[in-house]
Amino acid sequence: MAKVKGAIVVDTERCKGCELCVISCPTHVIAMSQKVNIKGYHYAYMENPDACNGCTNCAVVCPDGVITVYRMKVEEKTEV
Amino acid sequence: MADIDIKDIVKKENIVYKKTSVLTDNVMHYCPGCGHSTTHRIIAEVIEEMGIQDKTIGIAPVGCSVFMYDYIDVDTQEAAHGRAPALATAIKRLLPDRFVFTYQGDGDLAAIGTAETIHACNRGENITMIFINNGIYGMTGGQMAPTSLEGMHTSTTPYGRDPGLMGHPIKMTELVAQLPGTYYVTRQAVHTPNLVRKTKKAIRKAFEYQKLNKGVSFVEVVSNCNSGWKMPPVQAVKWLDENMLPFYPLGDIKVPEK
Repeated sequence: MAKVKGAIVVDTERCKGCELCVISCPTHVIAMSQKVNIKGYHYAYMENPDACNGCTNCAVVCPDGVITVYRMKVEEKTEV
Repeated sequence: MADIDIKDIVKKENIVYKKTSVLTDNVMHYCPGCGHSTTHRIIAEVIEEMGIQDKTIGIAPVGCSVFMYDYIDVDTQEAAHGRAPALATAIKRLLPDRFVFTYQGDGDLAAIGTAETIHACNRGENITMIFINNGIYGMTGGQMAPTSLEGMHTSTTPYGRDPGLMGHPIKMTELVAQLPGTYYVTRQAVHTPNLVRKTKKAIRKAFEYQKLNKGVSFVEVVSNCNSGWKMPPVQAVKWLDENMLPFYPLGDIKVPEK
């Protein structure tokens, strides 16, 4: 059976650290980094990347549009 | 399940969501978590989806969103405070094939621009009005707005808004829905993914109704003002859910009759 795997890429320099993506993520993938960007904001990153299914909730709610979402189907028995 | 590296997923052909090109690459000056940024983004997405970037004219208000022309890559005209509907009227009458929208906050649309708003809606101008309601004057430092809730603490009502002294909060959207010139009136919000998707559909409808020449399409967006409310974004979103939404219920107020 095919499974869906997702990933997000955060434009860290534009992220303002509002945490709306963190509370919107149904699979609790996103957390705020301990590091800060050039403006001093803690930026979002994938803390738990395996759980991401590419639902785009984080990107849809992100006020600044800094999140790009990727999604692909993965076969269970894929040899990597 | 086999381990898949993130690098295998992050490929151009797998993109399911990215920032629209109608939104410029400028970093928005809005505070973290502000509903203005989200609304700008979904307007830009609607313009891109409809393919009307070169046929859209936006009217920027005075308020936090005064720099809208820096962020949405369409022709934009800056209006005097509150006069965006008057300017939109002129532009739409001179260029009837363009999609004209005004983007106004509550200080612009519901306070200084009440007369322009009511009369543009009453004349049934064929424009789209997008009204951001955050219940406070965000740009000038969090003073009371006409839409501030009863008992709401602002910098000019430090003990809470007293309706006996300061009047009652005004529901502009219900008010303009009474006028015969409005064609589509709705109230939405942008603080959760689901509501953002609904708002996007509403804004898309509002733009599409301009093709019909039937009157004003009016979309209110209940938004948060984290700095004005003096709360972190996550707490402000919760406060919005608990306090703003019971007074400003979401949903369509006037829909075109079939």
